[in-house]
Amino acid sequence: MLRANAPSPSTLFDVAIIGAGVVGCAVARRFALAGAKVALIEKGADILSGASKANSAILHTGFDAPPGSLELQLVQAGRQEYLEIHKSLGLSIVETGALVCAWTADEADKLADIERQGRENGVSELGLLSGEAARRTMPGLSDRLVAAIEVRGEHVIDPWSAPLAYLTQAVALGATFIRSAELLKGTFDSEWSLNTTAGTIHARAVVNAAGLYGDIVDERLGFAPEFTIKPRKGQFVVLDKAAFRHVPRIVLPVPTEITKGIVVCPTAFGNVLIGPTAEEQEDRVRATVETETLKALLKRGAEIVPALADIPVTAVYAGLRPATEKKAYRIACRPESRAITLGGIRSTGLSAALGLAQHAVHLHAGFGEALTPPASAPRLTMPNLTETEERDWQRPDHGEILCHCELVTKREVEATFSSPVPPGDFGGLRRRTRAGMGRCQGFYCNAHLAALSAGRLATPLAAEEGDAK
Amino acid sequence: MSHFDADVIIIGGGPSGVAAALELKRQGIDRVILLDREASLGGATRHCSHSPFGMREFGRLYFGGAYGRRLQAEAERAGVDVRPNHSVVTLGEDGTLTVTSPRGVETLQARRVMLATGAREMPRSARLVSGDRPIGVLTTGALQAYAAFHGLMPFKRPLIVGSELVSFSAALTCLTHGARPVVMIEPASRALARAPFTLFPKLAGIPFHTGTDIVDIRGTTRVEAVTIRHADGRKETIACDGVLFSGHFTPESALLMQSSLGVASGSVGPAIDQAGRMANPLYFAGGNVLRAIETGGWAFREGRGVGAAIATDLARSPTTGVPVPVSFDAPVKLVVPNLLRRGEAEPAFRDFQLRFLRPARGRLTLECDGRAVWGRVGAWWPERRILVPIPPHAAEAGHIHFRFEEQG
Repeated sequence: MLRANAPSPSTLFDVAIIGAGVVGCAVARRFALAGAKVALIEKGADILSGASKANSAILHTGFDAPPGSLELQLVQAGRQEYLEIHKSLGLSIVETGALVCAWTADEADKLADIERQGRENGVSELGLLSGEAARRTMPGLSDRLVAAIEVRGEHVIDPWSAPLAYLTQAVALGATFIRSAELLKGTFDSEWSLNTTAGTIHARAVVNAAGLYGDIVDERLGFAPEFTIKPRKGQFVVLDKAAFRHVPRIVLPVPTEITKGIVVCPTAFGNVLIGPTAEEQEDRVRATVETETLKALLKRGAEIVPALADIPVTAVYAGLRPATEKKAYRIACRPESRAITLGGIRSTGLSAALGLAQHAVHLHAGFGEALTPPASAPRLTMPNLTETEERDWQRPDHGEILCHCELVTKREVEATFSSPVPPGDFGGLRRRTRAGMGRCQGFYCNAHLAALSAGRLATPLAAEEGDAK
Repeated sequence: MSHFDADVIIIGGGPSGVAAALELKRQGIDRVILLDREASLGGATRHCSHSPFGMREFGRLYFGGAYGRRLQAEAERAGVDVRPNHSVVTLGEDGTLTVTSPRGVETLQARRVMLATGAREMPRSARLVSGDRPIGVLTTGALQAYAAFHGLMPFKRPLIVGSELVSFSAALTCLTHGARPVVMIEPASRALARAPFTLFPKLAGIPFHTGTDIVDIRGTTRVEAVTIRHADGRKETIACDGVLFSGHFTPESALLMQSSLGVASGSVGPAIDQAGRMANPLYFAGGNVLRAIETGGWAFREGRGVGAAIATDLARSPTTGVPVPVSFDAPVKLVVPNLLRRGEAEPAFRDFQLRFLRPARGRLTLECDGRAVWGRVGAWWPERRILVPIPPHAAEAGHIHFRFEEQG
């Protein structure tokens, strides 16, 4: 079973971060790099258990973010840092560019505004194209296309290896990752005393990066709620790798006030995504998929790129975005109790995470807490899971292929269990290796994975025959 | 010596691939390589612990892995170069294959390539089923791998979706490994398998509902309950700890879809002519990759026939003949062979194999250049084999079409 990793009760951390989503992992890394003694506290059995496990894996330029907003500033800072560090962490990146596509004359009328906004946001690599010209850059698009804006600097990345790399780097610098630790109550009396389901954790400062539970965690820290999380569900369909050659670029719709709309985009793993929907709900846990919605997504995908109609579905998923009453990020800084809330990171968290982390450290500097950065940062390289760089199956002596659809080797699965941040549940194992993520969804590998992971995951995949469960 | 690594490379070591390899060796073909991505041969039969195999081909019955071991022994005895743990990654237009094995990546080229990659069940995701996505939702193949290879069970009280032969096999696997299905459901108005298999749930005391579909799966980590909709529209929520999606087979044709070879839209397998040859004349196919799904014995005979056709083909240059596609009306789901070529004196396929998408009643007619050459009125069921003899001169026609006229 999972090792109990709660620190000794006498340990005093410089910073305790609540929530190991992409934002929490990035914040842990940035504080560790700044020299803080960091605790990252997660309610789930693994990192990325909430909003961060389901997104569209796009690293945005911010061309369509609200001008002058903190969100824009942090998306661009986060993107810039990702571009600087990805190579040294072994994280791949695919520069696909994006096309904002207008399918009606009304939508085409809005493109000029979008272009102006993009330029105002400092994104200069924009070009207004006729439908015909846009289709020359991506012949798979439907001939109903009226016009488009080309955005060159948009990328797709591996949305799970990136935060894992952030946390792995933090752990290498001495950060402590505490799983299955739900915050029950926090009290501040010259320092923070955080009562969790995994014991009490003491820290001088606290950062709330609790995503879908941001408002609840603020309340449990004793703050009057400044916002309410209104979960917004997004359903996605993942198409077989056969779709990839038809979709070399991110295809965005003309956005509305509510949502960026249904995107058709390639993934770094060589698939194609269609989604997300934007559905308000109360429930913070359940993110169901619905047959009719999935069918509508497939239909929409085939309207945009007709060849997708014949491509089989590999996977479907749904995620919840931590939206609030307002579109803006809900960031609060409380110097008197050394607390920072990074709330309402509803849709650009993957792009902005590193920027949010810089911002949190900047706010923390205002608390008058001195930190001494370590002399050097340890080097590490994440295992590559994307199609753009060499995979383990391409190397000699890989041993055995465990997942045939995604060509995952047994060596890769075994390595992840002995990594500094091993998987805590089946989803975490899949996200770290891609085993079981392919078109057969585990026909061949599921049983092998159950045997290999026995005793190592919070919820086992199977029991020995005759075992009581 | 030529620059080829083999005369023939066969991808897939199930019944059809091994049968083709044996036939090629019997006909004196020198270098036959058989690649399989698993550690041992047998393909899907390895997962089936209680369906008997081998009576027609070996004169005795084998179960599960034993049949695969017999196939492997036969292939090795015949001098086939059997290479397990070899996964093919790409298919090149000139018959060049990228292959990964425990040693790493290599490139192999053969004068002819045969695909015998079989079929698999359609998982929950591709069926677009509503609900949460907890663990404990599997296909029969995955369940049988748990039971047969690891002595593990992923659930104790699953709900089973499907009523094909494999569905009843799944129920039996559950019962013999300490799990008890709570219910079996089938969306069609009657069981897809034939009697007497359909009596099985009743004998085992498992409720079996036809005309019933799954509408919701609930569970945050594991499956907790499933909601089904009965034929009369009534919804019922049933507590269970797993969902088994059985049957609904689809060809394992990912390699084709990602290559220039492509797939036929109806079968989702390769389009082949009456020799088992694709439009690219270097490539052949046989067994369940052609169409889901037939028995192991059928796949074996089909593979043998394609093996013989490849042996004949090797004696001459790859054909340059342009094939004529066989078209069909809905609700016909697929026709195999999907193409006809002239001048095939000893075809591997003497019959068209058809499947229907849904139950239908009406007249099925085969037309060559607009002239009806075969016809029959009847009730047609999905997942049932339908055979129509390929008329001797059909390959001479410019248009070959299966017409269907529905009759109330």
